[in-house]
This record gives sequence, structure tokens and C-alpha cells, in this order.
Amino acid sequence: MPFIPHTDDEVQQMLQTIGANRIADLFDEIPKELLIDDLRGVPDALSEMEITRLMRERAARDGSPLCFIGAGAYEHHIPSVVWDITTRGEFYSAYTPYQAEASQGTLQTIYEFQSMITSLTGLYASNASLYDGASALAEAALMAVRSNRRNKSRRVLLASGVNRTYRKVAEAIAGSQGLTFDELPLEQATGVSDLNALSAEGDAPVAVVIQQPTFFGTLERIDEITNWAHAQGALVIAVVNPTSLSLLKAPAQWGEQGADIACGEGQPLGVPLSSGGPYFGFMACAEKLVRQMPGRIVGRTTDLDGKPGFTLTLQAREQHIRRSKATSNICTNQGLMVTAATIYMSLLGHGGLQQVALRSEERTRALLQRLTAIDGVTLVFSGAHFHEAVLQLPQAVAPLLDKLAADGILGGYDLSVEYPELGNALLVCATETKTDADLDAYATALGRHLAND
Amino acid sequence: MNELPGDLRFTAEHEWLRQEEDGSVTIGITDHAQAALGDLVYVELPEVDQELESGNEMAVVESVKAASDVYAPMSGVVLAVNEVLADDPEKINADPYGDGWIVRIQPGDESVDTMSPDEYQEFLDTLDD
Repeated sequence: MPFIPHTDDEVQQMLQTIGANRIADLFDEIPKELLIDDLRGVPDALSEMEITRLMRERAARDGSPLCFIGAGAYEHHIPSVVWDITTRGEFYSAYTPYQAEASQGTLQTIYEFQSMITSLTGLYASNASLYDGASALAEAALMAVRSNRRNKSRRVLLASGVNRTYRKVAEAIAGSQGLTFDELPLEQATGVSDLNALSAEGDAPVAVVIQQPTFFGTLERIDEITNWAHAQGALVIAVVNPTSLSLLKAPAQWGEQGADIACGEGQPLGVPLSSGGPYFGFMACAEKLVRQMPGRIVGRTTDLDGKPGFTLTLQAREQHIRRSKATSNICTNQGLMVTAATIYMSLLGHGGLQQVALRSEERTRALLQRLTAIDGVTLVFSGAHFHEAVLQLPQAVAPLLDKLAADGILGGYDLSVEYPELGNALLVCATETKTDADLDAYATALGRHLAND
Repeated sequence: MNELPGDLRFTAEHEWLRQEEDGSVTIGITDHAQAALGDLVYVELPEVDQELESGNEMAVVESVKAASDVYAPMSGVVLAVNEVLADDPEKINADPYGDGWIVRIQPGDESVDTMSPDEYQEFLDTLDD
């Protein structure tokens, strides 16, 4: 369906019809001081040629380094057919399909996506996606408050392994709505939440957030924390890596009652790293909470002739229906990313996704073996992990990462900034994309830089 | 239009009120309101013991296409809510003056303007134009 902008003549005709002279007249009820003429910091428009050149130059600066950074975004192999199909004209739109009569293909794609997310999480319903993993957590926290009115607390308790960037985003979005976020302490030996700290908890929180695997790649004692949270009258929000769900216990199986809400970053499912975005957030929930889920759900139904069809449903709380009653004002469906993820998951199937997860974990073990063989490099946390782990280095992390970058190696995520208590700690990740030669190259370079100092 | 039960009072916001013998007041939405909303799929109820202020939001009824406020027609304290509506919101469609009641409150002191069944019927007739 082509989207052709209006010509100047058409704009004039429309203005005349409603009795306005200029476009600006349409906004004359907005106080002058609230109007912004120029967007500060945004340069003037460029031609297509200029933009193309600028983007090529900037993309070339990234080069093609060997990436060992995970920390929430993961380099997985994306079969070329994924984006060949995704960028076909029939799919290539980030537009949310409100008009069922014109959007059956896109609506069915989203319906399939939701079915796959409920299959991975084990939960009852999934929405059509959110901006990203971090804002999905913020929305999940707000949803937990709406769904758990018997609990008067406005405090959300985060397990220690929750990505701190997610926490910052959640505070920025939900903090202004009166939610506070506290963190459980970390058990230093294992890198998971300290269960002893649970008994010291005072006021029952409204929700407990558990990330599995944790930001450090370790595996939380999800059953114990889930059961404790439910005993306190709190809801459980699971932040999960979708790739890991093909191996690890589905959130619906956590503890005796299962997590109430699961959310996370969908980028590992066929979305390229792209220097940080666009990505998409996913969210699924138990049946009793479905009315409080933000965003849109696509449902399957039958028309008057009994033919199957797809339509947006559960949208009475959407901002285009009733702004003041909207469950969220930032719940935009990331249509194009979701299309890619749906195609990625449908091509891989459950078995394929499991192979990706197993191979990534195996590659990370192989990397850790090589790196910990270097003098002074040790593994920080004992216990199980998933395709990511924390190393202790004998020197400051940042300068080493600079030296590795000069070798074309992105050596990992420097934890010493956000977690100074961990010392010279480096979070490393290997996925199925890394060959033995890649791992050797990293180990050789790191060994050389450490020996030279 | 169904006949309006004679023992009820009505508001311009399409709510009905029934004075109970113990001094409490039961509140629901009218047959006209449920018909206008269509099939209800969800009802958000207030909490028991919650204090209601006249004219403020008391409950939300959701149909497939819209979420609509139900306003407290008078101030008071919530004595009971119709828990059945949590699983069976369509009770309001089926029996708005009976099984589809929404809350029972202990009313505050002030008196409120309500309409008799005949007055409400006249009011509805003016809306039909």
C-alpha cells in the first residue's frame, strides 16, 4: 500500500475547506512559549546522496571487529533469508496495523509471533511487542502495580543480577509514577542473589524482578525467589533471554505458581546488533493479568462467513481509543523487528534455537578455558552460567579493552564502572558465531597485552 | 426499552441506585448504558472500604472497543463489590438491575440529584434525537 504525501495544492485545498490559512493556524491554541521552532542540536536536512555518504563513512568506522560483548545484546548468526523476507514490500513497514481489512498478513505475522513467545515463556498471552527490553521491564513493573492492588506497596525489588541499564530505564519511566526500585544484594561467591537477604526484607514489595540468566550470565535460584515473592503477596516478573528459553525452565514453571509476567529483549532473535538498535521488547503474562497488559494483542477470529481472520483485540486501553485510560503511552509495537524475529524463529524451530543456545554456551566455555589459562586471569563466579561469564583481570579493564580494540577485538563489557566492588571485572560472551581461530586470536592478544605490562 | 424498575433512582450518567432497608445503597449501570456499550468484557471494581467522592471515578467498564468510567453518584464508603463481575462481566449485559449490580455503599450525608423511573425515561427520550 503506497503512502504518498500530500502535494502543496492538496494542502491548500484542505486548509481552505476548514477555513484556515496556514498549517500553523491549526496549532494556534497551543501557547506560544510551548512551541519549538527549531530543534536544537539537529542539523539541517541533507540530500539523499549526502546522507548515504555520511552513513557509509560512519558504518565503515565500526569496521568488522571480532565481538565478545554480550551484556544484553548478542551477536547471533542471522540466516540471510530472514531479512530477505522481512524487507519484502508485503512486510516492510514499522506501521501498526489498526485496519484489519487491509492488514491481514501483518496481523497474522504478529499472531504467530505472540504464539511463539507464549510457547517459549509458557505463559498464557503475549502482546505484539514493546520498544525494547528495558522499557518492557518498566511497563511490567507498572502492570504489576495495576494487577496487584491488594498490595499497597509501591516498591519493586530487583534481584541483583538485573541489568542496571534496565533499572535506570525503569526508574526513569515508572519512578515518576511513584514506584521505587530496590536491589537484593549479590552473593559474592556465586554471582546470584543472596537468599539470606530475603528474610531481612521489611515491607512486602509489590513485585519482585528476577533476571535469568543474570546480567553476569549466572543462573539464579529462581524457584526459591519466586516462592518467597508469592508468599509475600508480590508478583514475579521474569526478565529472560529468549535464546536461553530453549534450554532453561520457562518462566511459567518457576516455583510453585510460576512467574506472573515475563519480559525481555528480543534482539537475539534475528535482529542485528546495529550499533544498539532498533531492538524490540517482548512481554507475556498469566491469564489473570491479561487485561492489564500494555500494548496490543492480535487475536484470531472468524468473520460473518465463518472464514478465519486476525484483528487487534484487547485494545480498549490503547491510547488511540481512550488516552486517559491507556495502560501505556509508550507501548509502540516494533513491527519490523518482530517480523524478523517471527521469521527467524519459524526457520530455526525449537530445535534450531536450542542448537544456537547449546553452541553458544559451548563456545563460551571454550573461550573461558583459553582465557583463564592466561596468568592472572580467573573466573569470578562459580556455578552454572549461560553463554556469558565474568573474568577477573590482573590489570585495569578499560586500557586493555582499548588495546584489544586496536587489534580488531571487542573484548567484552567493562564491569568496573557500574560494579566497582567487583574489581577489574570483565564480562565476556561468545556465541555460535565464534570459531576456534577467533577464540585463539582473543586469547593470544589478551595474553600478549597482559605480558607486555 | 425494557421497563424501568420502579424502586430505583437514576442519574444523568446512566447509573441506577437502590436504597436498601439497612441504609446502604446499591449502584449499577442502566439497561440503556449496557446496551450502548455493547458486550462488556471486563469490569474494574473499587476496593471494599474505599471512600468514594461524588462525581469521581468509581469503576471502569470495558467493552471490546472502549473503557468507560462509572462515576460515584454520591460520596460514601464501599461496603461490597459484585465479585462475580470479575469473571462474568456480561452479567451487566444480561441483568443490569439484578445480578449485574456493581457496588453497595454506605452513603455519606449529602443528598444528590436523581431521577425517578419516569423522569429518567423522559431524559432518555431527549437523547434519542
